[in-house]
Amino acid sequence: MSDLAIRVENLGKQYRIGTLNNQRYQTLRDSLSTLFQRNGSTPGGRIWALKDVSFEVAQGTVLGIVGRNGAGKSTLLKILSRVTDPTEGIGEIRGRVGSLLEVGTGFHPELTGRENIFLNGAILGMQRAEIQRKFDEIVDFSEVGQFIDTPVKRYSSGMYLRLAFAVAAHLEPEILVVDEVLAVGDAEFQRKCLGKMSDVAQQGRTVLFVSHNMSAILRLTTETLVIEKGRLKLRAPTPEAVDYYLSQGFSQEGQRTWDADEVPPEAAPFRPLAVRILGPGCRACDSVRSTEPFQVEVEYCLSAPITGLRVGIYLMSTRGEYIFTSFDTDDPARFERYPVRPAGRYVSRCTIPADLLNEGRYTLGINASSYRVRRYFQDEQALNFTVDATGAPGMQWPEPRLGPTRPRLDWKIEVIDS
Amino acid sequence: MTIRADQVPVTYLRPSKGWIPLNLADLWAYRELVYFLTWRDIKVRYKQAALGIGWAILQPVLHMVIFTVIFAKLAGLKPDAGIPEALYPVFSFAALLPMQLFQGALQRASISLVQNSNLLTKVYFPRLIIPFSAAAAGLVDFFFAFLVLGGLMLYFQVAFTWKLLWLIPLVLLALLAALAVGLWLAALNVQYRDVQQMVPFLIQAWMYASPVAYSLDVIPASGPWRVIYALNPMAGVIQGFRWALFGLNPPDRILWISIGVVVVLLVSGLYYFRHMERTFADMV
Repeated sequence: MSDLAIRVENLGKQYRIGTLNNQRYQTLRDSLSTLFQRNGSTPGGRIWALKDVSFEVAQGTVLGIVGRNGAGKSTLLKILSRVTDPTEGIGEIRGRVGSLLEVGTGFHPELTGRENIFLNGAILGMQRAEIQRKFDEIVDFSEVGQFIDTPVKRYSSGMYLRLAFAVAAHLEPEILVVDEVLAVGDAEFQRKCLGKMSDVAQQGRTVLFVSHNMSAILRLTTETLVIEKGRLKLRAPTPEAVDYYLSQGFSQEGQRTWDADEVPPEAAPFRPLAVRILGPGCRACDSVRSTEPFQVEVEYCLSAPITGLRVGIYLMSTRGEYIFTSFDTDDPARFERYPVRPAGRYVSRCTIPADLLNEGRYTLGINASSYRVRRYFQDEQALNFTVDATGAPGMQWPEPRLGPTRPRLDWKIEVIDS
Repeated sequence: MTIRADQVPVTYLRPSKGWIPLNLADLWAYRELVYFLTWRDIKVRYKQAALGIGWAILQPVLHMVIFTVIFAKLAGLKPDAGIPEALYPVFSFAALLPMQLFQGALQRASISLVQNSNLLTKVYFPRLIIPFSAAAAGLVDFFFAFLVLGGLMLYFQVAFTWKLLWLIPLVLLALLAALAVGLWLAALNVQYRDVQQMVPFLIQAWMYASPVAYSLDVIPASGPWRVIYALNPMAGVIQGFRWALFGLNPPDRILWISIGVVVVLLVSGLYYFRHMERTFADMV
């Protein structure tokens, strides 16, 4: 027992729909009006963001946690770091928990880097003497040295991030919770962060690492939890868990569908039905050739008319880098033709041209929104697919090509002098 | 460095039900965070303001001037019996000081949780720290305004006596009164943003319900009126301030009622806050 860092049993968290995502504030009037309905029953009901989650983590483990957006990872971390109480179940945590939930939490833009180090350290639970002792080390690590007395509102986002991570990384809690901090920052800094995290683990500390970045998960963790729809689906050695995660729900022949209960009620009146990759012959397929065009289609229905709707896709590498974003009404003329989209069932389809993508695995996300009005639905990881580069430019050299795109450029070679 | 199991604190996670103990020891362990958050609030408040901390002096002084012109000169309000009319500026300033401390602390404490929602949803620390440090941030303003009071006393030749030491517990009482009400409002504001709309009106009405511009003498001494009036804890604080300065009308009974009201509001506020605390991160 004594070498366990974390033990949780049947952990569950229930949210009342409407309190999720701060969709809207509850006002006194709402409460008063529900008071006079039958026994104050809330409209919309409740959902379990997390249910029946039990696991143990031995001290010194670096445990990965993966799952789609909305699977319940963040809820789990919030419970473990005591930000919110579980609705049911119990847990036991040995040691201080330091969270790196979102970089720069508690940073104040008006304060200088130096002031923010002390403030943020205190928020994360460090004593002033402890911060003073590590001050130089933190500044060194963050590489913002000469700007340390400048208000952080004048920092670039990279500097801001480095400083924030530097403070949190020097916290030295017994348990470090890291949520998706590596999604930003340049490659050099990411390497430094990963290095710092493995140091932490070597000191016998426990790390819980949440990321969509599978290569970081693979490099850093030995064991991984897969969370799906609020339940712990699998706990396995990391390579196995990542394989499972990548194959799960994704590669159903290049198609992803949504059941009614998978769509958050806030999305209404928009409801996604499916997103598909269509290869030659308009068949859904998991793998396309880079030398041939292919189509992406989003199928959805609207239960009520939406003004200014745009439905679009994100394309990302599996490491989480965006490649492009595109909406069905990007063309101003088309946008004017669909000022209001009436209720009904739709397909928005586009063609991805040949010779655009490099070989590799890609993630497709979808977004439905009205600009500056509302985002109805977003799933940044709706579907994964593979691009095969057979016949692509430069294939005579069997070397991997850098970069996510592989255009066929019109090169000319001129002789200037001979 | 390795960790031995017997050194580390153990935390138990479980659904919280019913009333939760205050756990003030936890608050003490995080006292440095109170200090840093207070310091942040002070530091940030006057950034990019040309007059900076000068506003802490200017605000009560301007109020005093307006009160003297409108209430003393035009409306003919008089200070407490026994205090020369010429001392009306000191008389009103002595009340404005604790009143503005109270108003500022109450206003900041009430909106503190919502303002720090990014902290509430990301990091654990005892939640009580947020309204505590928001209320305490007004003390620096108070200190500077207090220097003005010293100047006024010199100018109007009000004697400095040992009674002035009573101002320290009285300031504390004003702050606790603001905190007591602030705890209730801060917790309510998480769920009902109506509170935010109500607070500016509340603090203004509270000033008129306190003997700031006028003397307690205008409240009938017979019947229950003075007792009812004293349910406003600021009545006791202000009367105490004037007594410490001018040495007239000791606030004995009023002050006891004020203390009683503050204790009741504070203890209930603390428990209410702790009770609501577990839902803050989900509701804010």
